[in-house]
Amino acid sequence: MDVPVLKQGQYLIATVQSALTDADLAQLRRSLVEQVGRFRSRGVIVDVTAVDVLDSFACRILRDIAHMAGFRGAETVIVGIHPDLAFTMVQLGLSLEGVATALDLEEGLAYLDQHTRRPGRRALHSGATLPESKTRGVH
Amino acid sequence: MASTEHIAIRSDRDVLLARQRGRALGEQAGFVATDLTLIATAISELARNIVLYAREGEMELQLVADDHRRGLVIVARDHGPGIADLERAMEDGYSTSGGLGLGLPGVKRLMDSFDIVSHPGQGTRVHISKWRRS
Repeated sequence: MDVPVLKQGQYLIATVQSALTDADLAQLRRSLVEQVGRFRSRGVIVDVTAVDVLDSFACRILRDIAHMAGFRGAETVIVGIHPDLAFTMVQLGLSLEGVATALDLEEGLAYLDQHTRRPGRRALHSGATLPESKTRGVH
Repeated sequence: MASTEHIAIRSDRDVLLARQRGRALGEQAGFVATDLTLIATAISELARNIVLYAREGEMELQLVADDHRRGLVIVARDHGPGIADLERAMEDGYSTSGGLGLGLPGVKRLMDSFDIVSHPGQGTRVHISKWRRS
């Protein structure tokens, strides 16, 4: 079963369904990392709201996605881990090892808006700020 | 009230099927949502171990009851290579596959009882159970 991935502006949003096999999850990892390049995405949201089980394998895939997307220059945030899942993951001893999480899609988008801004670079490429900074340099 | 299901475990699809059947049986027994998640996750971990290490095996899911309570007993069985050092396998952070190394001790924490028998070259049998909170 393919995981639907929505492209919204500079972000990719993957909505994980409840019944995914290990192969489906590995496919999602491959596909997201590839799409980060194809769409030049700066952020990835993996929404697990509908997921019934986050076991050690699923957890590893989520970490992989975040780290691999990170190597490609995109920030990842996992959203929608419901209380039962959080409880089970703690009992099982699982960790997302520093991967960003947010309560829901809305919070996830807010997180990405905050963390994917690149003001320095934008200023450099903007026609309005470049001459101004040059002028300042002359004085 | 003895309802038993046997599920052959040969692929990642069977891992999914086993945990879905476990959840359904748990619902039938009246487990709360949190426990259903714990049960489904424990089944997922044990079933995956079968596929990863033994390639094939079987899971048995059984609804049990005595005068006072209802529960779910799960047995995972394979004739794979077995575990040479059980004591080490039950330590957090140990895994022969180079994975997370959290499998068995984690499953033990999810359940009310955990029992494992393994003989190198003969296979492994893990017996776990969860009782309904009343």
